[in-house]
Amino acid sequence: MHELSLSGAIVNTVVKHAGDRRVTVVSLRVGRLRQVVPDTLEFYFGFVAQGTVCEGARLEQELIDARLRCDRCAHEWAIEIPAFWCPACGTSDVSVAGGDEFEVESIEVEEAACTAPR
Amino acid sequence: MHRTKVKIVEEALDANNTIARANREDFDRHGVRVVNFMSAPGAGKTTLLERVAGDLPGVRVGVLEGDVQGSMDADRLASLHVPVTQLNTDPGFGGECHLDANMVRSAMHELPLDEIDLLVIENVGNLVCPAEFRVGEDVRVMVASVTEGEDKPLKYPLMFRTCDLVLVNKIDLLPHLDYDLDTFLYHLDHVHPKVQRLLVSARTGEGIDAWREWLVAAARPERALA
Repeated sequence: MHELSLSGAIVNTVVKHAGDRRVTVVSLRVGRLRQVVPDTLEFYFGFVAQGTVCEGARLEQELIDARLRCDRCAHEWAIEIPAFWCPACGTSDVSVAGGDEFEVESIEVEEAACTAPR
Repeated sequence: MHRTKVKIVEEALDANNTIARANREDFDRHGVRVVNFMSAPGAGKTTLLERVAGDLPGVRVGVLEGDVQGSMDADRLASLHVPVTQLNTDPGFGGECHLDANMVRSAMHELPLDEIDLLVIENVGNLVCPAEFRVGEDVRVMVASVTEGEDKPLKYPLMFRTCDLVLVNKIDLLPHLDYDLDTFLYHLDHVHPKVQRLLVSARTGEGIDAWREWLVAAARPERALA
């Protein structure tokens, strides 16, 4: 259900960088810990993008696996369920090493030929 | 016309986080500590606030009440002679499901910041979206009531993972439920090991003194550290 709010955040971020150029592709990096449902995000993105330079843009989502790192023994591992303790040494002093990203990685925009960088 | 790829690499919620930091600076300047108070709908946030808001020794508390619609919660708290500011999230289609930093910012000028030490922001009832949006708080408190099931930490890890205190509410109902408290705490320890937790009943008053003391300490961080 948070995909609607997140879509708004994506569009705002993209609009800031795109200026008045039309956006054709938006590439995201989405960590699995963010619990984003890709199809739902795509649906809301299409809805929120209407009337902005993002209208009609394709949303690409790279899903990043959740990984933890132990602060004590430096063990690093992937998690399937949210269990925040180290299977190697048993401590709960662990940090997220990956999987909490929610980033706009890049966009593809249309540029008029005469203003193209060479 | 041709297409160019533009590298961005920017956290999509950066804009919210920037405003949240500005809010936090404003609160700090007035010496006000801020609690972001969250839970699922009906877990007992307002009742738990009612239980303590009128009686926090040495702490002047104010409440910012976030609701999709109406002022019922605000009215309940105002009757305790606590300054309450209402923030409806209604404009939009059907109202927002959470407070964000900008909404709190828009209410900033209505908050009596010079007259309070502690501001409790009662978020919209929801375990998903409020966890994503910082509003400028110092600490996050969530209520998980025992009628919600033992598996909730596993289903809403971001909420349970980012809070500083979990109030396990409605424990007076435990004899009537299949709910197993140990299973809940086991799951909680999976998701957020060592997080502070208090077992409370807003109805009977059990555990409410500890909740009151926690809030008083939160309003006086220097004493809590000593």
